[in-house]
Amino acid sequence: MSDHLARIVFGRLTWESFPVHEPILLGTFAVVVLLGLGLVGAVTKYRLWGWLWTEWFTSVDHKKIGIMYMILGIVMLLRGFADALMMRLQQAIAFGGSDGYLNAHHYDQVFTAHGTIMIFFVAIPLVVGLINYVMPLQIGARDVAFPYLNNLSFWLTVAGALLVMVSLFVGEFSRAGWLNYVPVSNLQNSPDTGPDYYLWALQIAGVGTTLSAINMVTTIIKMRAPGMTMMKMPVFCWTALCSNVLAIAIFPVLTGAFALLMLDRYVGTNFFTNDLGGNPMMYWNLVWIWGHPEVYVLVLPVFGIYSEITSTFSGKRLFGYSSMVYATVVITILSYLVWLHHFFTMGSGASVNSFFGIATMVISIPTGAKIFNWLFTMYRGRIRFELPMMWVVAFMLTFVVGGMTGVLLAVPPADFVLHNSLFLVAHFHNVIIGGVVFGLFAGMTYWFPKAFGFRLDPFWGKVSFWGWVVGYWVAWTPIYIVGLMGTTRRVRHFDDPSFQPYFIVAMIGALIIAVGILAFVIQIGVSIRNRDKLRDTTGDPWDGRTLEWSTSSPPPAYNFAFTPIVHDLDAWYDMKDRGHERPAGGWRPIHMPRNTGAGVIVSALALVTGFAMVWYIWWLAAVSFVGLIAVTIGHTFNYDRDYHIAPDEVARAERARLSAAGA
Amino acid sequence: MTDTTAEKPIFYQLEEEHAAGATGLGFWIYLMSDALIFATLFATYGVLSTSYAGGPAPRQIFELPLVAVNTAMLLLSSITFGMASIAADEDRAGATRLWLIVTALFGAAFVGIELYEFSTLIAEGAGPQRSGFLSGFFALVGTHGLHVLSGLVWIAVMLAQLGQRGLIAENKRRLMCLGMFWHLLDVVWIGVFTFVYLLGVLR
Repeated sequence: MSDHLARIVFGRLTWESFPVHEPILLGTFAVVVLLGLGLVGAVTKYRLWGWLWTEWFTSVDHKKIGIMYMILGIVMLLRGFADALMMRLQQAIAFGGSDGYLNAHHYDQVFTAHGTIMIFFVAIPLVVGLINYVMPLQIGARDVAFPYLNNLSFWLTVAGALLVMVSLFVGEFSRAGWLNYVPVSNLQNSPDTGPDYYLWALQIAGVGTTLSAINMVTTIIKMRAPGMTMMKMPVFCWTALCSNVLAIAIFPVLTGAFALLMLDRYVGTNFFTNDLGGNPMMYWNLVWIWGHPEVYVLVLPVFGIYSEITSTFSGKRLFGYSSMVYATVVITILSYLVWLHHFFTMGSGASVNSFFGIATMVISIPTGAKIFNWLFTMYRGRIRFELPMMWVVAFMLTFVVGGMTGVLLAVPPADFVLHNSLFLVAHFHNVIIGGVVFGLFAGMTYWFPKAFGFRLDPFWGKVSFWGWVVGYWVAWTPIYIVGLMGTTRRVRHFDDPSFQPYFIVAMIGALIIAVGILAFVIQIGVSIRNRDKLRDTTGDPWDGRTLEWSTSSPPPAYNFAFTPIVHDLDAWYDMKDRGHERPAGGWRPIHMPRNTGAGVIVSALALVTGFAMVWYIWWLAAVSFVGLIAVTIGHTFNYDRDYHIAPDEVARAERARLSAAGA
Repeated sequence: MTDTTAEKPIFYQLEEEHAAGATGLGFWIYLMSDALIFATLFATYGVLSTSYAGGPAPRQIFELPLVAVNTAMLLLSSITFGMASIAADEDRAGATRLWLIVTALFGAAFVGIELYEFSTLIAEGAGPQRSGFLSGFFALVGTHGLHVLSGLVWIAVMLAQLGQRGLIAENKRRLMCLGMFWHLLDVVWIGVFTFVYLLGVLR
């Protein structure tokens, strides 16, 4: 084939695009292929494809979509953590004469991929997954407002994640840090595919996240059970509402910024270039207008999780419910006003820096109020120290330190010294691991029995807990120290050998966290094996207080045979307390949305479009994009989108539940 | 709670109640997120609006009479969309479709004139690559134009669906969403016309 023809057919994709000369990548590729073939083989052998397609992939049930989000997040956590271990190992050995084992080109991709994956494809899917699963149950709804959109959002996120994974084996990933900073990601500095993979992956996933946020906000506003006024809504729903409102307010800015960078790279415009009137700092401003609130998009729902758990396991109503709500709302608003603290060193002057510094420090007030509310909820409570509650306590002890170093960094003069240091890196890992990750584990342990009908094994859960908590402190305390002494971030090799012990300790910490992650995976396996012993037939294993515990575990497709009526905060506790009686008959047909494959197909086409654009395969990009639009339009011609579950079927499901509870 | 004689409250809703549709709210929120994309582009244009890099300034390249005609096209299309909505409210399917077609014609005229303007600018050497100012200009105005184009596609789809099923509840709901979308583009254009073109030639 002539070169010219090959260029038309394959764009800039050539044999050299496959990194066969990199042994690390080749090994990873072999493992991934083996695991993938094993998985595909197993699914084929047990004839599960049809079941997967009809029951899961095309499902519009918020519970199944929630579980799929969780699986995506956990799988991507393994990838993101592998990147973390690679960095820790490199930094532990690359001192003085030793060059470590990663070249600069590779190391830069590893730290970029680590941050990108951990935020966009671990934290977001896990948070969105928990909201998806729990929130509709907590407000007594049968599904979300737009069930098909929910399915589409999930698959768009998967398409983004797949595009990042593809970059590992075909071409390369960005080397410009997790926010793909210009000028490194400009075309002249990165003519390779890296930034394009980054941009297309996140644009596709970002559309999914925005649509999901619109869906969740509409659901919370429109679909609450009768009697559930805003101030009788569980705190988790409040935090989910604020988090999603915030997501709607910030993701369009990120989409806009990325689109402009794409124009710079594909069309040759001058938004973020260094010449012809471009302004690189504008990119920093735009991505951080997204970036700072994003931290709160992640942490607010997790604060909600802590609130639910603290109240349940202390056997008390949450202390200061309304102050908790107001604190959440205040944080939502303030988080939009602090982005500039990520680059005080830009030189915007004392007045601007003071404003953003003070706004940042003010956030610690509502956050502090929350901590006190949790403490006062525990005060004089009958605390049951089961796993979810252990995570809450570990969070409070860990997160407060991260919060304080955050206030320290908010002081502009201090930030001029600490900017881009490992102290900063330790700070945000402190709040994200100690806040978001601990909370996600707390939430997964807490709601797992709701989703599957059996608890998680407590022994392996405790191993995982101690691995994470001890590992976190061992890994990040030395990084705080070397950061305070002036070590900068994203460095591959160090000259001063006196720092090496710190990095070795940090690496040991990372290995302890690895034990925690491994124990979590084992925990799931052991729990599935021992599911009969861990079974919960009541639907309310923790003596819960909110509506999700009033239905069976796992809940039927329609969630509630009869919509509950809410009279008080902690509606389920109120129902138990005042002796509710479950209706034993009078079943009526239940109106439900129908499954659809359109979301999977649209997302697959989006993935192909993204891949083709990355490699300049214009014909394929055009074909798949037109296909994407055609499928979307075709889907709107389908008016037959719902059905009714017959009363007999409801009766059968409800009877099965009663007999299980009696057994 | 201590008053045991009090009647037990009703905890389950035994009769089905149909929840009010959420589409209007959901679509409204989507429009606000779209407005934020425009806000981002406006802000970007604001930052770059004087970064001429030795290239042409607004006064040299903007032709206000042409833009005025274009603005008229879009405003008229909003009026005719309003007529379509009124016809739909009165359940006159034929009139609804007719007004939608008129709207689409005005919209197509708008896109056509914009494309003519863009091609003239590029031929003059004032393309999006020339300077930060022109990058910002093309991104903002072009994104708006792309939205109008999507609106045109949507009108075509709507016409087909109205032809198939008439003014059923689903189609009325879709028409309402399409209307909100179309009118928002009008509002955004007012901002573009004032902020980009009028203030541009004043500078």
